[in-house]
Amino acid sequence: MEFFIISMLNGLSYGLLLFMLSSGLTLIFSMMGVLNFAHASFYMAGAYFGYTISKWVGFWPALFVAPVLVGACGAVFERMTLRKVHKFGHVPELLVTFGLSYIVLELVQLIWGRTAVEFPPPEVLRDSAFTLINHSVQGLSVVWGSAPADLCSNADASVRVVCSPFPATRGFMMLVALLMLMSLWLLLTRTRIGLVIQAALTHPEMAESLGHNVPRVFMLVFGAGTGLAGLAGVIGGSTFVTEPAMSATVGSVIFVVVVVGGMGSLSGAFLASILIGVIQTFAVAFDYSFITLCAQLGLSLSDAARENSFVKLTLSQVAPILPYLFLVLILIFRPKGLLGTREG
Amino acid sequence: MTYYKFKPYNVGRVVIWSLFAILLLVVPLVFTSQLSATMLAQMGIAIIACLSYNMLLGQGGMLSFGHAVYTGLGSYMAIHALNMVAAGNLHIPVSLVPLVGGLAGMGFAILLGYVTTRKSGTPFAMITMGIAELVFAMSLMFSEFFGGEAGVSGNRVAGDSFWGITYGPQIQIYYLISIYTFICVALMYAFTQTPLGRILNAVRDNPERVEFIGYNTQRVRYFSFIIAGFFAGIAGGLSALNFEIVTAEVVGAGRSGAYLLFTFLGGATFFFGPILGAILMVIAFVLLSEFTKAWLLYLGLLFLFMVMYAPGGFASLLMMNLRVAAFGKLRQIWVSYLGLIVTALVILMGAGAMIEMVYHLQLNDSLGDTLKFTGVTLDAKSIDSWVGSLLVMVTGLGLFEVMRRHYLHEWGEIQTGIENEIKRREAA
Amino acid sequence: MTCALELKDLHKSFGKTEIIRGVNLAVQSGERIAIIGPNGAGKSTLFNLISGRFGPTSGDIVLNGQSIAHKKPYEINRMGLSRSFQITNIFPKLSVFENLRCAVLWSLGYKYTFLKFLSGLRDANDQAEKFLQMIKLDKKRDVVAMNLTYAEQRALEIGITIAGGSDVILLDEPTAGMSKSETSRFISLIKAVTEGKTLLTVEHDMGVVFGLADKIAVIVYGEVIAFDAPEAVRANPKVQEAYLGTSNADAPAGAH
Repeated sequence: MEFFIISMLNGLSYGLLLFMLSSGLTLIFSMMGVLNFAHASFYMAGAYFGYTISKWVGFWPALFVAPVLVGACGAVFERMTLRKVHKFGHVPELLVTFGLSYIVLELVQLIWGRTAVEFPPPEVLRDSAFTLINHSVQGLSVVWGSAPADLCSNADASVRVVCSPFPATRGFMMLVALLMLMSLWLLLTRTRIGLVIQAALTHPEMAESLGHNVPRVFMLVFGAGTGLAGLAGVIGGSTFVTEPAMSATVGSVIFVVVVVGGMGSLSGAFLASILIGVIQTFAVAFDYSFITLCAQLGLSLSDAARENSFVKLTLSQVAPILPYLFLVLILIFRPKGLLGTREG
Repeated sequence: MTYYKFKPYNVGRVVIWSLFAILLLVVPLVFTSQLSATMLAQMGIAIIACLSYNMLLGQGGMLSFGHAVYTGLGSYMAIHALNMVAAGNLHIPVSLVPLVGGLAGMGFAILLGYVTTRKSGTPFAMITMGIAELVFAMSLMFSEFFGGEAGVSGNRVAGDSFWGITYGPQIQIYYLISIYTFICVALMYAFTQTPLGRILNAVRDNPERVEFIGYNTQRVRYFSFIIAGFFAGIAGGLSALNFEIVTAEVVGAGRSGAYLLFTFLGGATFFFGPILGAILMVIAFVLLSEFTKAWLLYLGLLFLFMVMYAPGGFASLLMMNLRVAAFGKLRQIWVSYLGLIVTALVILMGAGAMIEMVYHLQLNDSLGDTLKFTGVTLDAKSIDSWVGSLLVMVTGLGLFEVMRRHYLHEWGEIQTGIENEIKRREAA
Repeated sequence: MTCALELKDLHKSFGKTEIIRGVNLAVQSGERIAIIGPNGAGKSTLFNLISGRFGPTSGDIVLNGQSIAHKKPYEINRMGLSRSFQITNIFPKLSVFENLRCAVLWSLGYKYTFLKFLSGLRDANDQAEKFLQMIKLDKKRDVVAMNLTYAEQRALEIGITIAGGSDVILLDEPTAGMSKSETSRFISLIKAVTEGKTLLTVEHDMGVVFGLADKIAVIVYGEVIAFDAPEAVRANPKVQEAYLGTSNADAPAGAH
C-alpha cells in the first residue's frame, strides 16, 4: 500500500517536472510554430547555472537567478538567430534549434567537463518530507521527516515494519511545479499580456494585425519558455543528477509528451506528462514479465519459450520505451493527440 | 530570395558519370595510406547514406531525425546474414550481403514508414525522432538480435572466395564499396528523373496542390520513404562489411543527427550536395576529431551559420559562384572572399585559443599550465593569454563585419548585373 | 445535355456557424457558370466542398452521376474535376514546364512509377508542351515558377488546372489582382482553354462575368438566390437588393 502511495507521488513529481518542461515547449510551439529542439538543452543549462551559482551564493538565490539567466540567454538567442530564420519557414527554425542543442551540449562539456557534477539540494530539503510506516500490526502511519531507526525495525520477528520515505526534494519539485502551473494559468487568463499570448496561441496573424508587437512577444515567450526549462533544470539537477547526458535523457520524452498530449495544447501536455510520469515510474518498479503473467494465469511455457528474450522482458526493462510506444500508438489511433486542437 | 536553378552545361551525362567512375577507381591509388583506405571506404558508404537521406529532406521536404534506424537495422541484418554465410547456412556471395541490408532497410521502411508518413513537417520530424528512440531503446533490450553491449561481430572473409577476392584486405572492400556507390548514386539520380521522383518534388513544394492533380500525397511520401530506406539499408550493409562489427550506436540519435547535419551542410537543394556532405562527414569524424576536442562545437556553429545565411549548403554556395563565374564577374568579388576568409580565420584563432585553454584547464592540470596552439605558447592560467586571445577574436569579429558588409554590397551589385544581363539576352 | 455537376441540398457548418445553408445547383455539361456574391457568402467554401478540401455537413454533390460528397481531393480529381486557387498554388521550385508535366502525369496513367524516365514519356511531354503553348508561357518554359510575374503565375495556375484534361473545371477568382488589360487578355485565354468543358468560376469582376458566363449563380449568406442567364440575373430584384452599393453592378453593355 505504502509502495503504491510513494510510487504514485514519485510518478506525479516526475510528471510535474515533465510538465514544467513541456509547458514551455508547448507555449513556444503554439506561439511561434517553432519546435524548440534545444529545450532540453536549456534545462541542462539551468541545472549547470544553478550548480555554479549555488556554489557561490547558495541554493535559494540560485533557484531564482539561474532561470532568469537561462531565460535571458533564450531571449538573446531568439533575437539574434531564430528571428533571422522565421522567414524561411518552420523547417529552418527547427534546424537552428537543432544546431543550438549541439552547441549548448559542447559548451557545457567545455566549461564543466564531461562527468557529472555534484549539485546537492539545500540542507532543508536533504531529508525526507515524510515517511510512511507500514506496521503489520499497527497499520499504516505517517511520520514527518525521517523515521528514526527504532521505528523501522522491530525485535519481534513476526512483526514486519516497512518504512517508505518520500524525499523532500521530490515534494519540493511538486510544489514548485504546481506554483508554476498556477502562476502560468493566472498570467494567461488574468493579465493583458496573457490575453495577447492566448490570442496568439491560436491566431498569431490576427494578433499581429491587431497591432501587438508580436516579435517582441515572441522574444518574451521564448525567453519565458526557456526560463521555465531552466527552473526545471535547477530542481531536476539537484534532485537527480547534473551531467551532460541529462538533456538527452529528458529531451526525447518531452517531445513525446507534447505530441501525445496534442501539439499546442497546454492541458494536453499536462495530462500526457502526468500519465507518462506515473506509468513510467510504476513500470520501473515492476519486475513482472510475460512469464510471470503466464504463471499467474496458470499457463505453462516450454523451456525454449522461457529463454526467448522477448518473453523474458520484465516491465521494468521495458519502461524506457513506454513513452515511445505511446507515441506510436497515439499517432496511429489518434493523430491529433489526447487533447490536441491544431494539427501542427 | 530568388531560387537559382543552375542548369549545368550539357557536356554530356556520359562524360560526367565516366569521370565519377574513374575518380572512384583511381583515388585509392593516389591516396595510398592505410588511413586513406579506411576513409575512402567510409566516404563511399556515407555518400549512399546521405543521398538516401536527401531523398527525404531535399527532394521530399521531409525532415527526419531517425534515418539511422534504417541504415542501422540494415547493418544488423547484414551482419547476421554474414554470420550465416560463414556458418554455411546461407549461400550467397559476400558481395551480395549489402543487398540483404538493403532489403532489411526497405522492409523496416515499409513497416514503420506507414505510420511515419501519415504526417508531414514538424509532426513527421517528431515521429521519426520517437521511432528512433524506440528502436535505440529496444537495441538494449533484445540482445539476441542486437548483441547487447558488445554488439554483433562478423568476418567478411567468409564463404567461397570469388576469383581470389576474399574481401580481407581493405583495398578489396573499398572497391566493392565503390561499385555499390557508383550503382546506388546512379540509381538515386535516375529516381529524380522519374514520375515518382518529380511528384515527390511537387509534394515538397506544395503538398496540398498535389492532391488536386490526382495524387495521394501520403502515398507519394510512403513510396519514396521505402525507396530511401532501401538505399539506407545498403549503406548499412556495406558498413557492416567494412567494420565487421555492428553496435547499438548505428541506430543512435548521434548518427541520425550526423546525417542531418552533414546532408544539410553539403546542400540539400542540389543532387550532389549530400555527396559533398558525406565527404565532409567522414573527414570531420576521422580527422577533425583528432585535431581538436571542440570539433562538435565548431560544427554546431558552422551549421547554425549555414542555416541562417546559406540554407542551400556548400553546394549552393558553389553553384552561386559558378553562376557568377559564368557571367565573368568572379574577379570582382574574389578579393572580398579573401578578406572574409582571412578575417574568419582570425576569429577562429582567437576563439580557438580560448576554447583550447579552457579544455586544457579542465583536463590536463597535470601537464602544467602552458599549451601550444598553432605554434604559439599559451599560458592557460595567465591573464595575458586570455586577454590576448579575446582581443584577437574581437578584432577578427570587427574586421569580419566590415568585410561582410563590403562583400554584401559587391554581391548585390553583381547579382543586379547578372539580372540585367539575363534580361538583355532574353530580349535579344 | 447531361448534368455534369449537381449540388443537392448542401449544408456546411464550421462549429456552430452555418456557412452553406442549403444550396441546390445543377450544372449541365459544357455550361459556363459564374458564381457571384458578396464577401463571406460562401463561394470559396462551396468550391472547397466540391473539390474535396472538406466534406459537407449534409447534402450531396454529384459529379457525372457519382456522389463525391466525402471523397478525397485526389479521388475527385481522378473522376474528372479540377480546380484552381484564388491564392496562387503552383510548385514554386519547379520550372514552368515541370509544373505542367506534373499535372498531366496521373491522367496519363503514370501513377507512382519510378521505373520510367520523364524524358521518355512522349505523351506527357507533348501534352505539357501543348498546354505550355496554350497558356502562352512557352518563352518561360524553363523559368523556375517562383520567378514568374504575378500574371504569369496565374496563367500557370490555370494551366495546371486544365492540363490534367478534366471535364469539369472550377476556377476560383482567376483574375484576382490583375489590371484591366491583363484581365481581358486572361478571359480570352480562359475561354480558349476551357473550350467544350464545364466551367464554374467565382468572380467579383462583373465585366468578366458578363463576358464569360452562360448562366450566373448568385450566392448570398450560403444560399443561391438566383441562377439564370446574365440579363435575367441583372434584372432580378433580389440580386439588386443584395448588390446595392456595389460599384461593379453595371457591366459594360457590349460585353456579351
